[in-house]
Amino acid sequence: MLRFVFTRLTLIIPTFIGITLLTFLLVHAVPGDPLEILAGERGITAARHAQLLHDYGLDRPLYLQYLVYMGHVLRGDLGLSLITHAPVVDEFRQLFPATVELSLSAMLFAVLFGLPAGIVAAVKRNSVFDHGVMGVSLTGYSMPIFWWGLLLIILFSNTLGWTPVSGRIAVEYDVEPVTGFLLIDALLSDDEGAFRSALSHLILPMIALGTIPLAVIARMTRSSMLEVLGEDYIRTARAKGLSPFFVVGVHALRNALIPVITVIGLYVGSLFAGAILTETIFSWPGVGHWLVEGINRRDYPVLQGGVLLIGSVIMMVNLGVDLLYGLINPRIRYRR
Amino acid sequence: MAAQNEPLILETSAAPPTPLREFWSYFSDNPGAVAGLVVIFVIVLLAIFADVISPHSPVATHDDAFLKPPFWEEGGTLTYPLGTDAIGRDMLSRIIHGTRYSLLIGSIVVLISLTLGIVIGLTAGFFQGVVGILIMRLMDVILTIPGLLLAIVIVAILGPGLTNAMISVAVVYLPYFVRITRAAVIGELAKDYVTASRVNGASTPRLMFITVLPNCLAPLIVQATLSFSAGIIDAAALGFLGLGAQPPTPEWGTMLADSREFVLRAWWVVTLPGLAILITVLAGNLMGDGLRDALDPRLKR
Repeated sequence: MLRFVFTRLTLIIPTFIGITLLTFLLVHAVPGDPLEILAGERGITAARHAQLLHDYGLDRPLYLQYLVYMGHVLRGDLGLSLITHAPVVDEFRQLFPATVELSLSAMLFAVLFGLPAGIVAAVKRNSVFDHGVMGVSLTGYSMPIFWWGLLLIILFSNTLGWTPVSGRIAVEYDVEPVTGFLLIDALLSDDEGAFRSALSHLILPMIALGTIPLAVIARMTRSSMLEVLGEDYIRTARAKGLSPFFVVGVHALRNALIPVITVIGLYVGSLFAGAILTETIFSWPGVGHWLVEGINRRDYPVLQGGVLLIGSVIMMVNLGVDLLYGLINPRIRYRR
Repeated sequence: MAAQNEPLILETSAAPPTPLREFWSYFSDNPGAVAGLVVIFVIVLLAIFADVISPHSPVATHDDAFLKPPFWEEGGTLTYPLGTDAIGRDMLSRIIHGTRYSLLIGSIVVLISLTLGIVIGLTAGFFQGVVGILIMRLMDVILTIPGLLLAIVIVAILGPGLTNAMISVAVVYLPYFVRITRAAVIGELAKDYVTASRVNGASTPRLMFITVLPNCLAPLIVQATLSFSAGIIDAAALGFLGLGAQPPTPEWGTMLADSREFVLRAWWVVTLPGLAILITVLAGNLMGDGLRDALDPRLKR
């Protein structure tokens, strides 16, 4: 097991270097002179330009600049936003809980509905329910989520008036941040109105972001379950006279879940990326929304730092999933 | 060895089906796949004859018809069957012309990542030493960064626009093609026919492209179909974020971005382009699933 952990950890290093190279290139390959972008419309004298070029180290060879950048990154210094002049790391830290809250709720939604749907579809194979689940799942999988989010707004916010259009909580509520997850904070503050407001703001983005994982989980659970249900030990369990519920729920499900858990793990990472679109549609104050704003305002430090941080977080999540997977499934551990 | 030179004298009552015929019998057994194929065919026709079918020009504005609803709604007219957008452009014509962009985007994305993926994957498969390891590490790095985020970064580097959006989406799908090609190549390299060809003096490029590649095509075709759909969605997402095709291009994602502010006043400007994306992508995915079932020998009954 230790060896498995070690090889996984060493794989992190080249990946991290790759991400830093990408974000480094991101700024250095952008067409145009970064100093002129910094100076804006006021312009800049030639002498000042040369001075700044030297100050920022932009006159040094590229590999040296990369090493300097790497040094800053390792010390946790990702520069200042060009617009707000706040450290990029601080802005990220402030907004990240909102993204995590949204992503985790979306995943919860997907598992809560996808898993039972997949199981029932497998047990009642070729029934109307099975075909229905598979049809809905394929549609969900093909759904452009930015459009799906807008449709949800049209239906639930506009036509039915059930939910607010955007944001995270109504302005009149002021919840003390304890965990950073508004839903939990609102619950802790004992303010029922605040909790209800936070929940009603969360629900549409959660559905929008959770739809694709839901579709994938339902499909995956169904096919994995079908495979397991054909195994000999299931026939044995049935022959023993166990109730069908017990056979499916205990004997089959435990083994069928292994590939499903992998898929869930893999999707946690991409949820953060999917959150970019969802947050933009619902003006959800998370890191995805912040990143898109950064692109639109040409705020390069935000873009560079944001991509690096999101990439690193996803890398760590994937590592965690990998290790966890090795823990629950010994076959993976000993394969190498 | 002498036996090989003698003619086969086995009598078979019926000739075995040709691979193509066998493939078609599997494929046509799957109603979803056939439906997908038909829809894609219709979309191709729409794209080819867009100029003939469209009632209006996709970019012409009509001063007398801002945000007109579709004809079945109150206030709608058959002049603009699916209504008009905020500056009076005919929705139907724009959606029909949008098929050209989506098919183009999907095809070019697949063409770029398929071609590069085959070349890089063959290289990684044939030179499994340092070169192969380096290539696969690089692909792992690309895979770690979620597709859309990576595409956004690349577009931010190259600058917004349809061409750059297609390039960036192609890069996102490249690792899948490289992995599939490499895995298939490694499987094939152990087989006798490759050794025979090598003994006969075939050069490495000949081995790569003429001997081995044709036997690796099945999984690549499946991946190409699925990437076609995914590429259309991703490019539309970039258009939606303002990083892909620029207005007034009638690209579906860009149309959605254009009309986002009217989402509460005019449902059709938002609903219809998205529906077009969904139908196209769904058809592509259905076809991809059918192809996988028909081409993947492991699943054959």
